[in-house]
Amino acid sequence: MTTPPVIGEEELEGGPRGLGPPEQEHVHTVGVWLLRVASALVLPAVVIAFFFIFGFLKDEEANKAIQVVVAIIAGIGGVWALYWGMDRLVSMFPERIARAVRPFAFVGPAMAILAFYLVYPAINTILISFQDKRSEAFVGLENYTTIFTDSFYLVSIRNSVIWVLVVPAAAVAIGLAFATMADKLSRRAESITKSLIFLPMAISFVGASVVWTFVYGFRPEGFGNQIGVLNGIVTSLGGSPVNWLQTSPWNNLFLMIILIWLQTGFSMVILSSAIKGVPDVLLEAARIDGATEWQAFWRITFPSISSTVVVVWTTVVITVWKVFDIVWVMTGGLFDTQVIAQTMVDEFFTNFNFGIGAALAVLLFIAVVPILIVNVQRFRAQEAIR
Amino acid sequence: MTATTQTPTVTPAKEKESRFSKWPIYVTISVIAFLWTIPTLGLLINSFRESASIRTDGWWTVLGSVFDSATWSLENYRTVLDEGFGNAFANTLAVSIPSVVIPITIAAFAAYAFAWMHFPGRNLMFVTVVGLMVVPLQMALIPILRIYTDFDVTGTFPAVWLAHAGFGLPLAVYLLRNYMGSLPSSIIESANIDGADHFSIFARLIVPLSVPVLASFAIFQFLWVWNDYLVALVFLGIEPNVRVLTVELADLAGRGEGALSLLPAAAFVTMVLPLVVFFALQRFFVRGLTAGSVKG
Repeated sequence: MTTPPVIGEEELEGGPRGLGPPEQEHVHTVGVWLLRVASALVLPAVVIAFFFIFGFLKDEEANKAIQVVVAIIAGIGGVWALYWGMDRLVSMFPERIARAVRPFAFVGPAMAILAFYLVYPAINTILISFQDKRSEAFVGLENYTTIFTDSFYLVSIRNSVIWVLVVPAAAVAIGLAFATMADKLSRRAESITKSLIFLPMAISFVGASVVWTFVYGFRPEGFGNQIGVLNGIVTSLGGSPVNWLQTSPWNNLFLMIILIWLQTGFSMVILSSAIKGVPDVLLEAARIDGATEWQAFWRITFPSISSTVVVVWTTVVITVWKVFDIVWVMTGGLFDTQVIAQTMVDEFFTNFNFGIGAALAVLLFIAVVPILIVNVQRFRAQEAIR
Repeated sequence: MTATTQTPTVTPAKEKESRFSKWPIYVTISVIAFLWTIPTLGLLINSFRESASIRTDGWWTVLGSVFDSATWSLENYRTVLDEGFGNAFANTLAVSIPSVVIPITIAAFAAYAFAWMHFPGRNLMFVTVVGLMVVPLQMALIPILRIYTDFDVTGTFPAVWLAHAGFGLPLAVYLLRNYMGSLPSSIIESANIDGADHFSIFARLIVPLSVPVLASFAIFQFLWVWNDYLVALVFLGIEPNVRVLTVELADLAGRGEGALSLLPAAAFVTMVLPLVVFFALQRFFVRGLTAGSVKG
């Protein structure tokens, strides 16, 4: 699955306008701030207390249905009731204070959960990356020097970089070509063929790995018939079977093909809707002036959708950079196929080397910081226009 | 945010193009669509084959004996459902539904406040949300796992629900806030004049109006959680009574030759619900994707 966390340029047309007159009378007392913090924290505190108490009931399957039902009731009804209760509580204060506190009862729980599940752990992980294997003593930059000098980690970084160079380029190129061509089909044919390309988007990375097991399957000669499609083709043409996943460095490419197969649908769908947004009048004018379809594409369509191409590209880059499941399931990182995210999990859970694992996680994070900055700047720019 | 699929208008020039000039397009499209379908199709065929033959011959050999009843069998599905996949299916449902519902509710309240309320720190907080959208969840694994271990809640469903809620929140808040902010202020102001407070404006007006974006995010998050392997592996683990489909499938894939004949059916058991959701609600799903990355 692709999370699309990249902000497009023309987005954010909506905006906060606020209700009624903006509060001129800013309430700055310590008491109000205490109320604000309290109103933000009550709900997550109740939810988490509920969960930790509830968590002790790790029982047999008999409880599973009950757990789910309780969770749904708690998730919808309970959480709603808590928000409602907070709102009533806040309303009991004088209007001026209630008005200053209420937004925090609405926005606070989300911020508290984000702080607990993302902000605090991220800071903690950075700290762990400067500590030793078991997080017992600070070791300075040792973990970082290890991952940038030890050949095992260097191969891991090299592979991740190659994944990021190859997979998004292929997914965007194929997706763009397909979207452009499918645009010229009848509407029915277009929707059917697009669904076929898009279908892998619904498949998990683990499922995809199993799908491709029967493409890359290998039996040494004399050990039975081939059951993988590729070797079926190779042997029927008279060649000898190839062990696709153990032949370095090409095995990396074969693993990348799986992710290209998964991600092309995403880029195709987004680019397709961008292409349909290009005004027909422009293309029409170009055709009348004698432009070929090829010229019309490169001179008109492509420039009009280039910002979408960048957004799609970046989104796929973020997904690819964090790829873990495919390598984990297909090769376990053996045969020189290790990538950063999979090496990281290996360090955490197989070698129990938390220092190195955290350093690798930080590496994953640092690489997306430029995207984070661009997102924030774009957001700020959009807000400023408003 | 209004992700439209504009209907392709047939222009005169398009009509003029002869069938002849289009055949390279037909061929290329067919070849790509064929290549993209073959891996899944092969797996589907394999999953219904008689179990021993999966290990002895490639799936394409059935083309010679399509009408031979000895070729086909439902035995693989029966075996995998008995051998843990039925249970894992239930576990995955138990993980997925709350992991969708909880973040949506919390995000909706926050999004409303960001869109329609004034408060100190609003921009700073929202910028933080925007920034958190790209923070890899790998950054959170160890610290959260340590807290969970201290409280002995690793391997429980609520542990995974809240983790998924936390990791899904930034995108949810971002999408919902943009949508809610684009709703016309006039309806909300008139409700305000009628004396409605924020809570009832939110519950009676904004939530019903936001159903499209709520649905898009719900489908997106459902597929994400259903297909997730890493979060489930770390926080729920590999104990047979709690493990989810992806963990079960990865385990089966790791058993090698012996389990090979069960893999195709097992993989389809893991894929069936996302595929149904995907085909039934494709429009919403595409809209969710589009909304997340570009203005549709």
